[in-house]
Amino acid sequence: MTSLPATGAHDAAAPLHPALIERMVAVCGREHVYTDADQLRTYESDGLLQYKVTAGVVVLPATTAEVRGVVRACWAAGVPWVARGAGSGLSGGALPVEQGVLVVLTRMRDVLEVDLPNQRIVVQPGVTNTEVSVAVGPDHFYPPDPSSQIVCSIGGNVAENSGGAHCFKYGFTTNYVTGLEVVLADGDVVTLGGKELDHPGYDLLGAFVGSEGTLGICTSVTLRVIPLPETIKTMVAFFDTTAAAGEVVSEIVSGGVIPGAIEMMDNLTIQAAEKAVGAGFPTDVGAALIIELDGSLDECEACFDDVVQICERNGSLSIRIARDDADRALIWRTRKAAFAAMGRLAPNYFVQDGVIPRTKLPEVLARIAELSESYGMRVANVFHAGDGNLHPLVLYDGEPEAERAEELAGAIVEACVDAGGSITGEHGVGVDKKRYMPRMFEEPDLAAFQMLRCAFDPRGLANPGKVMPTPRLCGEVPGPYRRHPLERDGIAERF
Amino acid sequence: MGPAGTMRRETPGTAAGVAELLRACADEGSAVRIEGAGTKPWGRPGADCAVALRTGALDAIVEHNAGDLTAVLQPGVSLRVLGETLAAGGQMLALDPPLGAGGAATVGGLIASADSGPLRHRYGAPRDLVLGVTAALSDGTLAHAGGKVIKNVAGYDLAKLFAGSFGTLGVIVEVAVRLHPRPPAQATATATTDDPARLELLASGLAHSALELQSLDVRWEAQAGTVLARFGGVAAADQAAAARRLLVELGAEAAVVEDDEALWAAQRAGQRSAEGGAVVRVSGRPTRLAAACVAAQVAGATLVGRAGLGVSWIALPAAPPGDLVTSIARVRKVLAPSPCVVLDAPAYVRTHLDPWDHPDDGALALMRRVKARFDPTATCNPAVFVGGI
Repeated sequence: MTSLPATGAHDAAAPLHPALIERMVAVCGREHVYTDADQLRTYESDGLLQYKVTAGVVVLPATTAEVRGVVRACWAAGVPWVARGAGSGLSGGALPVEQGVLVVLTRMRDVLEVDLPNQRIVVQPGVTNTEVSVAVGPDHFYPPDPSSQIVCSIGGNVAENSGGAHCFKYGFTTNYVTGLEVVLADGDVVTLGGKELDHPGYDLLGAFVGSEGTLGICTSVTLRVIPLPETIKTMVAFFDTTAAAGEVVSEIVSGGVIPGAIEMMDNLTIQAAEKAVGAGFPTDVGAALIIELDGSLDECEACFDDVVQICERNGSLSIRIARDDADRALIWRTRKAAFAAMGRLAPNYFVQDGVIPRTKLPEVLARIAELSESYGMRVANVFHAGDGNLHPLVLYDGEPEAERAEELAGAIVEACVDAGGSITGEHGVGVDKKRYMPRMFEEPDLAAFQMLRCAFDPRGLANPGKVMPTPRLCGEVPGPYRRHPLERDGIAERF
Repeated sequence: MGPAGTMRRETPGTAAGVAELLRACADEGSAVRIEGAGTKPWGRPGADCAVALRTGALDAIVEHNAGDLTAVLQPGVSLRVLGETLAAGGQMLALDPPLGAGGAATVGGLIASADSGPLRHRYGAPRDLVLGVTAALSDGTLAHAGGKVIKNVAGYDLAKLFAGSFGTLGVIVEVAVRLHPRPPAQATATATTDDPARLELLASGLAHSALELQSLDVRWEAQAGTVLARFGGVAAADQAAAARRLLVELGAEAAVVEDDEALWAAQRAGQRSAEGGAVVRVSGRPTRLAAACVAAQVAGATLVGRAGLGVSWIALPAAPPGDLVTSIARVRKVLAPSPCVVLDAPAYVRTHLDPWDHPDDGALALMRRVKARFDPTATCNPAVFVGGI
């Protein structure tokens, strides 16, 4: 079996060939091709700042044709590339490849079409998550709402299959993408799906969304949007312990109510967020549970009293019901500020993104408390309680503690997997969690992942070094002899 | 498919047994026909197969995690048995295809064919409810992707790739699915009209309202249309009354039906055809609903549709196969470029036209590459799928 040159063929130590850079300039224009060290440094990390790699060149294409030109040039030269949207990801998924090409899509930020009669919107990948909901407002919205929604791009959301606070009820990015235009690693442009559902053939949309930039670059995204609910009722209930709040979550859901959102913050998180936002949350309680019911007015009113009773039965200390839209916004600002606010408690933190079956919440939280104590490091917990997606924040003070903090964060991820969960619920594997992949997946599983990757990108040029725990090459497909594109292009020979 | 009598029937009792069988068949160059209960003889007639693999012996409900609203299922579990088991705990798998609750359809067949019913409006299709998959591949391995928690982005989402793949990539030997609470009550608002454009308008009014619909269907039959809006929840009847008011505001005569199960059973049944007929699934848009109704009427067919999603099923009555081919071609021509996939149809029809219509060329090339990677020996359900995959 012949192996194709993959990432191993790329020489990370050697500077990019000037001819490749000139090709990028010809495609995108000189002002959109960055090669100065200072400019390259701006892009050396994504939202996960502990990883830094300098790309050989940063290019900012503005059209599908330009993206195609960039990718084709990389294919011809055998140079790996990484696509990046706003760079707000938290797994190092948009970390550049040393001396590779970084394709930044922030210039592709047009809303191409708003088709409300069919409840669709077509956007370029650099459009932000918030801009989508604004474009279809005031009567419709786009449900996936990552906390970074003001800055994060739809292209990045597609790559990561982003979630958010409201996805327990409404679903994730993958449930809303109905069509994509994708530039593949060999420069071919394919259309997957469209405005219609159920296009014939494999669900390549489903395979592409959440593939972390390893299968191609989407240059146009068609999204389903839905009517705003008739009513939204938001409350925060405060409890002595996270266990009590967790019991409330279980009782609400098992009673048949699917809240629009149900979010938990522990004491440390409340302290930090309250310092940052000043919403008037009590800082001496063990847990805050934000519960939002939305939908039909009749249904919400019928369920709301039940939810209040469940809280009271489980010993809620107090319940704050949002008086109006401003009050609701303040409650959500407190929740969404949680990560950023951690700076008020400690100079640094690692955020984790583990998922557990919801019923395992008490035992996993107890395990996290144990780990926190044995490491002597504080762990703040904020999570999407409905779907069991935990965001433990391991607080630490500067470089000397970083290694142990990372070790503690890793132990938390392992506790999630041991409880039957996942290493990542919405941040993605990227570079940061790929070492944990073997905890969830065995060799035949990883081999099947590689089959998909090789179908899309046989030379492994798209975002190499991410997701998979170890680098892999694509073998040739057995079967009738076919000239591989590399042979056709005179780049490789069969032996 | 070759004459049934010449196929060796195999019903492995373990996932490993399925994988071993596939490997043995791949090694000897034998193709394998993969079936659940055999309720959906769709797609191209396919290549001759030496072995018929049925999943009936893999029929365990492996886990029902009631508190987590998830379940782990073997493919041969029948939807009827699953529904009864989950209903005892007030839960459901929110997929209600034809031949499910009242028929023989299996979990594996449902997912492999991506079939669905009226609940899709609110809860999505199989792809949206499958959390994880374990598949036996023709290289003899068992590959697992996803997990059994409702939120998980670790690794590629092969569960979605396998959903709707018609057994052409491998055999689904286990799936993890998301469950939902059963609504405590249901009620339906309906209105009728004999004008396809008005039917589209009424459906659009409901789809764009803030009403929280469980299902939004239409029906066009014998030159008359009905729109049906179903609600689930403790206040289902109140919500249906609100929908009725909206329909009246839009100028329709509307009613609320609280004992509504028969209405929805008829919608599901409308997705299948009588012996000798054919069903065309139209991947349309809500704004092309009237056109689809007209196309159905011209063909002497009935239509049921998920009005908010734009997907419709046109059921052509029994006719000589050559006439069916002509009718289907006409429906496709009128509704182009909406993909029109032929589901139920006599083998003659599925031979004399491509049941899969025309996928995008680039996408089809990519699909061939996916097939070549997962099943390079073309062992699994060869030639039944798009482009002869």
